[in-house]
Amino acid sequence: MMNPQDEILKKFQTVSENPHEYARSIKEQTGKKIIGFFCSYTPEELLQAAGVVPFRLFGTARDIELAESHLQSYCCSLVRGGLEDALRGRLDFMEGTVFPHTCDSIQRLSDIWRLNAGFDVHIDAVMPVKLNTPSARKYMVDVLAGVRKDLEKSLNITITDHAISESIELYNRIRSSLLSLYRMRSRKPAVIPQSAVYHTMKAAMVMDRAEFAKDLEALVASLEKLPVKDVETVRKRIMLSGGICNQPDIYKIIDKAGGEVVWDDLCTGLRYAAGFIEESNQPIEALANRYTRRIVCPAKHASITARGESLLAEVHKQKIDGVVFLHLKFCDPHAFDYPYLKDFLGRENVPSMLLEIEEQAPPEGQLRTRFETFIDML
Amino acid sequence: MSDMNKKTVDPGKDNRKIKSVSRMKEIMTHYYIDAKTARESGKKVAWITSGGPVEPLIAMDVIPVYPENHGAMVGASKMGVDLCQKAEEMGYSSDLCSYARADIACAATQGGPIGGLPEPDFLVCCNNICGTVLKWYEVAARYYKVPLFILDTPFIHREMRKEAQQYVMSQIEEYIAFLEAQCGRKMDYDRMTDVGRLAVEGLRLWQAVLDTAAHKPSPITAFDLFFHLGLIVTLRGTQVTVDYYQGLLDEMNERIANNIAMVPGEKYRLLWDNLPVWYKTRWLSDKFASHKACLVADTYTSAWSGVLPLIDEDRFLETMSLSYSQVYINISHDMMIDKLSEMIRKYDADGLVMHSNRSCKPYSLGQYDLQKMVMEQLGIPTLIIEADMVDERHFAESQIETRIDAFMETLKS
Ligand code: SF4
Ligand code: SF4
Ligand code: SF4
Repeated sequence: MMNPQDEILKKFQTVSENPHEYARSIKEQTGKKIIGFFCSYTPEELLQAAGVVPFRLFGTARDIELAESHLQSYCCSLVRGGLEDALRGRLDFMEGTVFPHTCDSIQRLSDIWRLNAGFDVHIDAVMPVKLNTPSARKYMVDVLAGVRKDLEKSLNITITDHAISESIELYNRIRSSLLSLYRMRSRKPAVIPQSAVYHTMKAAMVMDRAEFAKDLEALVASLEKLPVKDVETVRKRIMLSGGICNQPDIYKIIDKAGGEVVWDDLCTGLRYAAGFIEESNQPIEALANRYTRRIVCPAKHASITARGESLLAEVHKQKIDGVVFLHLKFCDPHAFDYPYLKDFLGRENVPSMLLEIEEQAPPEGQLRTRFETFIDML
Repeated sequence: MSDMNKKTVDPGKDNRKIKSVSRMKEIMTHYYIDAKTARESGKKVAWITSGGPVEPLIAMDVIPVYPENHGAMVGASKMGVDLCQKAEEMGYSSDLCSYARADIACAATQGGPIGGLPEPDFLVCCNNICGTVLKWYEVAARYYKVPLFILDTPFIHREMRKEAQQYVMSQIEEYIAFLEAQCGRKMDYDRMTDVGRLAVEGLRLWQAVLDTAAHKPSPITAFDLFFHLGLIVTLRGTQVTVDYYQGLLDEMNERIANNIAMVPGEKYRLLWDNLPVWYKTRWLSDKFASHKACLVADTYTSAWSGVLPLIDEDRFLETMSLSYSQVYINISHDMMIDKLSEMIRKYDADGLVMHSNRSCKPYSLGQYDLQKMVMEQLGIPTLIIEADMVDERHFAESQIETRIDAFMETLKS
């Protein structure tokens, strides 16, 4: 018999390693519809309230062929890989896709996708880019209300306020457990390997959310009971910062190089988990508040130094020894922020390094040397 | 060997020179001197994106400065590679827009063709052209420690929704309030109305200049238009601009009357898509001319006046903001193809040349789909050139030459 926590982690890992298979099985078992999305600005809560399973797309790194005739090579692997999956029919379990407005590449992908991928449902959520003014917030409310209507129309259903409120409660439960997991792991890294947190995060973005919430809560509860002490480790405390991470191996390599990833500012990490939603009787307004107030992504604007400040605050709070920036090659928003973030860290003597990932991560040996050099320096 | 390398006697050369060029240079020189000495003359300087509403700045007597125009100058003076490399040394990825890279490096080193742009008192960023400008202007705002106003114009995938229109309109009020706060005085709305009228007049004249290329043979090419575009971007809403384009239009009409072709013996008419390749305009222009091909129009220089039908001069501020949200690069491919088809018909183009510009993702991603649509719906040949507008490291000359020659062969057959 496995421990309950091992069993759950095993499940998360299976889902995370083969999300498409999971999606097919859940669709078959529950008859639920599945809607894909790329970006953590997608108002998943509305999809959940519509009774569909929101499914995050991570793209493929494998042989890009079909996407080649739609997208130039100077475009991030998420966008190219996502389109490749769609054109090859690997996403045939999906009803369609929701595209929130983020970067220039996703913006163009949305139209290419709509014109070529052949899904029934296609929703553009053209959210504001700046998030720090009253008119932008009002517009955010309008856009979310629009997504709700678009979903109702394309799925031929009604989404009640009640359903949205329930969905919000569910997401709050998930997010607060994810945060507990992160905090626990930052306090006592020995509790589970970082790659397990990675798989948990990935499962959080594809699994049937109610099922995931139950599993996650059970996981956190049993991990809390483990007799692991809050020990100061001698290993260096690393924070990852960047966009999406679909490279589980990176955690292992950093681990082998003597580092411990204890925190992140990734869009598939804490940025996804952050941001409690008020449970009020105006659910759309409450949603708008989360999406305008949570830690900002570089494709959006909160202030000219918002990201630097929040990065530094976390570095101090989590006692980080070094920051690893993890970018997809050709990702403009992140690449533009890098020099200033590095500078912000540098002014407080926090070392950092940049790892740019092309379609695939560099070979393990090379990565390990880079991480070892960096960690030795800390 | 292509005949472009042969030195031939060309008696019509002087006739073909556009006389307005010197006037343009004069205006631009004055403009940059004014901008560079703004402090002394007590004027404010604002940096603004090329698609942004400059008219309120003009009405407030603020000198607008365009980093993108500066980027084009960097490209044309072939200083791009050096400056881009400097930015890369500062940590900016070589995959970022080369305008942004070049400009960031110029600011840090006082380098470039005019020793850096005049420092801004504040920044106005309109994202109707791309998300790059948002990040670029954030960099500038941190560097110069000046206020940044963002005019957020939601992208149009299928329609401009009502809520997006409201959002843009409320931002115009915020924009004016921002300007008033920066300048310490109220907007003079009578002046604004006048500026609005001049802007519309300038846009109309510019469109009329573009339209002269519909004449066969064309009195002007897109390569010339790239140069003459300057004022409609930078000084829209001024009398100088109106006068200038009136002069240019008269000159073009005179050429038509005298049947002067910009490309002697014009046989093929082509349309260009995307920004120019600034450091190679001469080379490209000679190359196409050697095939008797004239680039009669392009999607880039027509972007500004393309929204004219949406502007109502009596409700200028309101309609300006909505129309600028609908510029060519802020709409989806299926909306672009309509405009492209219209241009192809209007200018009677025989082929389409697309510059796949690795600097400009919003303009370039999707070109492959557009290319297919053009071939299917309009049945004309297309050519894609992979390059970059400023960073010469991405221009493979011999390969591009071969492709152009091959393309022209298909056109001729
Ligand atoms: S990094 Fe930003 S734009 Fe990219 S997927 Fe995440 S939230 Fe969306
Ligand atoms: S934000 Fe970056 S990683 Fe995400 S889609 Fe855009 S370019 Fe790709
Ligand atoms: S070239 Fe393209 S990416 Fe660069 S500033 Fe202009 S529109 Fe933006």
